[in-house]
Amino acid sequence: MALQSLDILRRSATTTPSTQVREPIEVAKLIDVTTCIGCKACQVACSEWNDIRADVGECVGVYDNPTDLSAEAWTVMRFTETEENGKLEWLIRKDGCMHCADPGCLKACPSPGAIIQYKNGIVDFHQENCIGCGYCVTGCPFNVPRISKLDSKAYKCSLCSDRVAVGQEPACVKTCPTGAIQFGSKEDMKEVAATRITDLKQRGFANAGLYDPQGVGGTHVMYVLHHADKPQLYSKLPKDPSVSPLVSLWKGFAKPLATLALAGVALGSLFHYVTMGPNEVSKETEDEIDREDNEKEGAK
Amino acid sequence: MNTRKTSAPALKVNRRQFFKISAAGLGSTSLAVVGLAPTDARAEVRQYKLTRTRETRNTCTYCSVGCGLLMYSLGDGAKNAKAEIIHIEGDPDHPVSRGALCPKGAALLDFIHSPGRLKYPEVREAGSKEWKRISWHEAIERVARHMKADRDANIIDKNADGVPVNRWVSTAMLTASASSNETGIITQKFMRSLGIIATDAQARVCHGPTVSALASTFGRGAMTNSWVDIKNADFILVMGGNAAEAHPVGFRWAIEAKKQRGAKLIVVDPRFNRTASVADQYVPIRAGSDIVFLGGIINWLIANDKIQWDYVKAFTNVGAIIQEGYGFEEGLFSGYDAEKGKYDRASWNYELDGKGQIKTDPTLAHPRCVWQLLKQHYARYTPEVVSNLTGSPQEGFLQVCKHLGETAAPDKVGTILYALGWTQHTTGAQNIRTMAMIQLLLGNIGMPGGGVNALRGHSNIQGLSDLGLLSTSLPGYLTLPNEKAHPDLATYLAQTTPKTLAEGQLNYWSNTPKFFVSLMKWFWGDKATRENNWGYDWLPKWDKMYDVLQIVELMHQGKMNGFIVQGFNPLASFPDANKVSAAFSKLKYMVIIDPIATETSTFWQNHGEANNVDPAQIQTEVFRLPSTCFAEEDGAIVNSSRWLQWHFKGAEPPGEAKSDQEIIGELFVALRELYRKDGGKLADPILNLSWAYRDPKNPTPEELAKELNGRALADIPDPADKTKVLVKKGEQLPGFATLQDDGSTACACWIFSGCWTQAGNQMARRDNTDTGLGNTPGWAWAWPANRRILYNRASCDVAGKPWDASRKLIAWNGERWAGGDVPDFKVDSAPAAGMNPFIMNPEGVGRLFCVDKLVDGPFPEHYEPMESPLGTNPMHPKVVSSPAVRIFKSDRERLGTHTEFPFVATTYRLTEHFQFWTKSVRLLAIAQPEQFVEIGEALAKDKGIVQGDWVKVSSKRGFIKARAVVTKRIAALTVNKQTVHQIGIPLHWGWETVAKKGYLTNTLPPAVGDCNTQTPEYKAFLVNLEKA
Repeated sequence: MALQSLDILRRSATTTPSTQVREPIEVAKLIDVTTCIGCKACQVACSEWNDIRADVGECVGVYDNPTDLSAEAWTVMRFTETEENGKLEWLIRKDGCMHCADPGCLKACPSPGAIIQYKNGIVDFHQENCIGCGYCVTGCPFNVPRISKLDSKAYKCSLCSDRVAVGQEPACVKTCPTGAIQFGSKEDMKEVAATRITDLKQRGFANAGLYDPQGVGGTHVMYVLHHADKPQLYSKLPKDPSVSPLVSLWKGFAKPLATLALAGVALGSLFHYVTMGPNEVSKETEDEIDREDNEKEGAK
Repeated sequence: MNTRKTSAPALKVNRRQFFKISAAGLGSTSLAVVGLAPTDARAEVRQYKLTRTRETRNTCTYCSVGCGLLMYSLGDGAKNAKAEIIHIEGDPDHPVSRGALCPKGAALLDFIHSPGRLKYPEVREAGSKEWKRISWHEAIERVARHMKADRDANIIDKNADGVPVNRWVSTAMLTASASSNETGIITQKFMRSLGIIATDAQARVCHGPTVSALASTFGRGAMTNSWVDIKNADFILVMGGNAAEAHPVGFRWAIEAKKQRGAKLIVVDPRFNRTASVADQYVPIRAGSDIVFLGGIINWLIANDKIQWDYVKAFTNVGAIIQEGYGFEEGLFSGYDAEKGKYDRASWNYELDGKGQIKTDPTLAHPRCVWQLLKQHYARYTPEVVSNLTGSPQEGFLQVCKHLGETAAPDKVGTILYALGWTQHTTGAQNIRTMAMIQLLLGNIGMPGGGVNALRGHSNIQGLSDLGLLSTSLPGYLTLPNEKAHPDLATYLAQTTPKTLAEGQLNYWSNTPKFFVSLMKWFWGDKATRENNWGYDWLPKWDKMYDVLQIVELMHQGKMNGFIVQGFNPLASFPDANKVSAAFSKLKYMVIIDPIATETSTFWQNHGEANNVDPAQIQTEVFRLPSTCFAEEDGAIVNSSRWLQWHFKGAEPPGEAKSDQEIIGELFVALRELYRKDGGKLADPILNLSWAYRDPKNPTPEELAKELNGRALADIPDPADKTKVLVKKGEQLPGFATLQDDGSTACACWIFSGCWTQAGNQMARRDNTDTGLGNTPGWAWAWPANRRILYNRASCDVAGKPWDASRKLIAWNGERWAGGDVPDFKVDSAPAAGMNPFIMNPEGVGRLFCVDKLVDGPFPEHYEPMESPLGTNPMHPKVVSSPAVRIFKSDRERLGTHTEFPFVATTYRLTEHFQFWTKSVRLLAIAQPEQFVEIGEALAKDKGIVQGDWVKVSSKRGFIKARAVVTKRIAALTVNKQTVHQIGIPLHWGWETVAKKGYLTNTLPPAVGDCNTQTPEYKAFLVNLEKA
């Protein structure tokens, strides 16, 4: 396999240092929410290029379909109707992997080489090395990775690393009808964003701005928002995302200890894994926590 | 979720994280720990999948933007490999799409490989419940015999006056607007030779009114500018359309205007749609009240003197004096005959002087000059009236006026993007006319960044209109002869060749005889001679227009026996599906030619409430013939900007599917054989038809494209020097200027002449060099004569200098007109000669007053939809809906009232789907899986409906059930002091689908159409709503 086409910066659960000599350009995808028409071309092009097809779902009373990310839907459009400054707005956000500079998924991943960060900034999942533990799901501050029901492996947007490796833009970028998704060096994308923000401010969006959250070291997928002061408006885009404290704990001192402890139960667990597949948080537990979370939200 | 909201966390772990990490982790981490996980890492996890695939260029088959495609197929072209398309993406070289594709284009792979693709000829025998596979031979034989039997029994030889009419109206045929020009033209030849005039294409249910409105104003019925040119606009109005959703890739140029020029974008629509989501402002409007809004703009422009006077005085008929006798009173124009429900249009005309020229008053003071009449007509459309009737807030309306008004300056230009939101009304043509008039008043026609941009629907609906695949048309916007008006050739030519109405005008239609005789030579070749009037008697002559509403009515009355449906899904597309279904059930035979399964082809199947029929009671024999799709053929289609773009075959069709050309070829040859062998009625037009294709059963796209261009049948001498030959016998013509009326040229469609010259196929050109303002004349080929912006002479002032130096397209250089575009003008006519820019109009100018060109008035007037939520017309209560509407008695009885059906419904497309095809496309079924209707929050609350509920929407004609999308985006409006709720109904569903099964939306709208073109009123009718 082509080891040279993209240089690796980090591999999950690997102590061997990566090569340091080459210095490829850092890339980024810029999603200008303010010129996105929510047509879902990016969603479709993503699935077409990556040969994935989600289930045909149902209309749940909004335009969102598929209704959530899945192992077969790596990007989805999320629609929100809101009134800002007395004006109706229909905010449409393309959700998917943010390709964090400090990726929580990679940090949390215990399987060597299952998650790779290239020097150009792309964070890629290598399913052949994935053990389906779901740590990446927990580690992600954006709730992006999904475990497949078919093979119990984690999937998410690869920023079309296969295309980028041969010099092409990601499928979603190329197809975007209005040019709301752009791709280039991160530096260039920031400049494009700055121009857009100037235009938006002239059109009355005083708080227009770039979403490139520093809590995760910045991202290689960035948004231009009309209301950068309120990212939560855009289907709960987190205001200040950061790598889960638990992952930091895990990487800091708990992991070596846990590894020791886990080694003891390894054989038993292996037996469990092979026969039952990975454990999952039950739907009921999830729902219960969701309810609690919502109540807390409501109370605020 | 909590994790994402926690700001600046200390080591805070919530319950979810705890559960997740502990539960998911324990079992599996151990795998890695014991070293069982693979360890080699790969850069790019997946290898690039296209490395040695074969790349083929094509054009998207859906809408009229005409995006470029790259199709990748397995195998490198080796003979032993069977090509299979595995991926499609955008062509980055394409000047409009630049690599982009909308969701439909991005999902084309799943269309090509849809489980709904037809693979073998099939028949459903009378009364049967199922399909039976048959051979092509049996299919063609049986269909040909049905056709011959019906034709022999029912073709009309002569009418009561003894005029040969050669008219066969007991079999109808629909043609396909996604098929290529080459399929279109061979179908035209096939049909007319048989005498078929009951024929229509999707243009009828789509942009018919555009052609009427724009041709009656500017001279040609097409989008005036080009997709890329939208980027040159300072102001963009989207009204009567939803460009972002219906034409996403074309709409990129509106976004470009916003980004690069700081252009403002305003959307006026019943719904806050996806175009509105990126607009600077959204103004709501009641469906069916557009003329009030636009008439109000005219009034505002006049009142505020926002008129580009130099332009208007020079290039419009503003000063023309109208005949005495013209008038408008209480909702009626002069000449109305209440009994017939029609106008006598004689008084709606110019006053002419002794030389037959228009009398004008340059001072505009004459009380009967167009300016005075215009002022008077629209004085009633005050901002208060506008707001009261449209429900639009006055400040929103005034914002639109203000922004449009600013473009009256010569260096400011505005454009309008519209589509079916304007066409699909009983006042469809007049909606568009109003905007065309506004753009003339503002001097925005002919200008880069301006125009009236009709965003056509299907990928080749422009082409099918151009090719005359409509009941009463012939190719190139020639008229099919009428039995009364054109009993013989001389009368036909005299009637259809206009006389110049002002001195020094080009009046290009004066060349009509050249176009027509060349067309006849194409039809009947050597058999068309001067002696037999070029075969004039063989052409069918029409008695009335057999549009789709007329066709269905006749079927419903049991007066039709056969129906050939090429790439069309009439059961789903026509209004009042229950009536359509009943009509189909009375047919003897139906022939479906399509790449995919359609509801029409299975109208006889029971699908519960969605199609509650009993197959045993339906005696129609249905043949289903599988055809190729775009990816499996060569050919050209015409985009909305009139570009003829050639595309290439990328793979073989599935199963036994054949190209449309081959199917028509086989059918024609079989019929001709029957007539040769057995004889039959009126065999001459069939036996004499020119059919000199290498393989008569399979004419090739190349052969047909060359016929569209035309060739010389004899040496054509140079008119400037008769000793020289301009075109040699047998050569392809260089363009329509060399067409002759003496039988020495043959040309299937004069406006396409120039598309395949001696220099080769111009439509396949791929030079995307920008010659300025985004013009790319080296890419493909545009009719007419490769001009990209119509009426571009009007981008310069009277002296030939551009109105705006920064928007220089062409200019007079002292000797000729030249620039980045091909001048839409006589290139050597100096400005001083006084020729005017609208060269297709015999008066040379644009028409503010469109004289007798439309049946329902020379000025647009507001009439309520046939089903009005007000039950009155406050502008003139005695004339509520359009007095010139044609409605059949049985359809009038199926109209509802606002007391019974209180809500306004409007139907439309979603960006994820294209009409009724893409429900067979899995990727799009995933993106938008299930039928829904959009309901405002207030109405939903009244009815106790919440997000995702099932609701039943019913009209006088039937009902559908769908999910409820409850939204802030459709607000209740106050109209004429009452509350009006509007319901939005997407139209994509049915039972031939990989999405969730649904109902035919067109069960709901009434079967009544635009006065001029009979395009049905899908956009404003009445329904009721209840929780299902």
